[in-house]
Amino acid sequence: MTGAHLRGFGCHLPERVVTNAEVAAQVGCDPAWIVQMSGIQERRWAAPADTVESLGIRAAQDCLARAGVAPREVGLLLVASGSSERRFPGPAAAIGAGLELPGVPAIDLPLASAGSLFGLALAAELTGRYGNILVVASEIMSRAISLEPACRDTAILFGDGAGACLVSAEAGFARITDALLASDGAFADTLRLDLAGPIHMNGQSVIMQATRKVPRIILELLERNRKQPAEVAVYLMHQANRNLIARTAKSLGVAEEKFFINVDRYGNTSSASLLIAAAEWWQTGAPATPTVFAAFGAGLHWGAVLAE
Amino acid sequence: MDQRSKILAIIRQVGGQSVDPSPEESLFESGLLDSFTLTDLVAELERQFSIRIPDSDLTPRRFDSVVRIETYLQGRQ
Repeated sequence: MTGAHLRGFGCHLPERVVTNAEVAAQVGCDPAWIVQMSGIQERRWAAPADTVESLGIRAAQDCLARAGVAPREVGLLLVASGSSERRFPGPAAAIGAGLELPGVPAIDLPLASAGSLFGLALAAELTGRYGNILVVASEIMSRAISLEPACRDTAILFGDGAGACLVSAEAGFARITDALLASDGAFADTLRLDLAGPIHMNGQSVIMQATRKVPRIILELLERNRKQPAEVAVYLMHQANRNLIARTAKSLGVAEEKFFINVDRYGNTSSASLLIAAAEWWQTGAPATPTVFAAFGAGLHWGAVLAE
Repeated sequence: MDQRSKILAIIRQVGGQSVDPSPEESLFESGLLDSFTLTDLVAELERQFSIRIPDSDLTPRRFDSVVRIETYLQGRQ
C-alpha cells in the first residue's frame, strides 16, 4: 500500500430535503423519536428521474474536478451500491460510460453500507497496477424503504446520495497505510434487501454486532500500526446512526468530537455515507491525519482503513 | 452472591435503573435495556462470569430476560 494516496473526494446530494416531520407523518411516529433513535434531523430523497447511475456520475465528476484529474487519467472504476435498479448489470459500467471512460474496467461492489470502505481498501491494493482508481458509492435508499407504519424503524433512517474518492498511485494529501476487512455471513438475514423489497433490518441484532465489531477492528488496525485511539486526528465512519457513532467513540475512549458527523443532515445513505462525509471533511480545507475510515453493514461486512 | 443476584446487579448497573425485572420479563420491552446497553450487559457477563461470549452468540433473544441469561450461562458451564 506504499503507493496508495487519497487524492480527493466528491459528492452529490439530491435537492429535495425530507424533514422528520414529513417522514413521521407518513409512518405515524413523533419526529422527536426519530432524533432520539438516530440523531437524524433530515435526509435527501432523489427525484423520480434520478438513478443510482446518475447520482454516481455527478459525485464522480465532482471528485475529479476537485482533485484536478481528467477522466482519461482514471485507470479503474470501483462502484459500491446496494440499491441499484437492476440485478445486472450493476451501475459501474454505466457510470464509466457517463464519465466517458471507454474501455476502463468498472467493477461493481454490491455490498451496501460497507461497500465504499471495501472499495477504498481494494483501491489501495490495486493502484500499482491501475494508477488512478475512482471509488464511487451511490444509493437511492428511498426506493428501498416502505412508509407503512410497520416499517417505521427503517423508513426513518435512510436517505439518498452519492460520494466518490480518487485513490492515486502518485500523489495525494494522505497515504493509505493499512486496511482491515472482515465478513460474517451468519448474520446475513439480519439486514437485507430482497429482490421484492422493502429493506429488512433487525435493528437490535445489527447494533449488537456493530457495537462490538467496529471498535474491535479499529483497535486491531491501530494496534498493529502502533497507534493509540487518541492519536487519530479524525474518525470517518459510515453514517448509520449518531448513537452508534457516539457508542464507538466511547468504546475507543475518545471524544465524540473526533468523529466527523453529518448523519443529522443526510440520514443513512448506506455505502455513499462514508464518502459523502469524507468529501465534506476534505472540503473543509485542512483535513487532519491520521484518519481512520470505518464501516459496518449488511453481509455482515465491516472494516477499517488508516490514512496518514 | 448467587448467579441470579449477580445477573440482576449487572442489569441494574448497565441499565442505570434500580428496578429488578421479573425472571421472564423482556428486558427490551420493559425499557430496562436497549440495543446499546445490551452490549454492555454482555461485556459485564463476560467479565463477572469469566467467560468469552462469541459474536455468533450475540442475538438479542438470548439475553432478553433473566431466565434466558441464566439458561445461556448454564449452557456455557
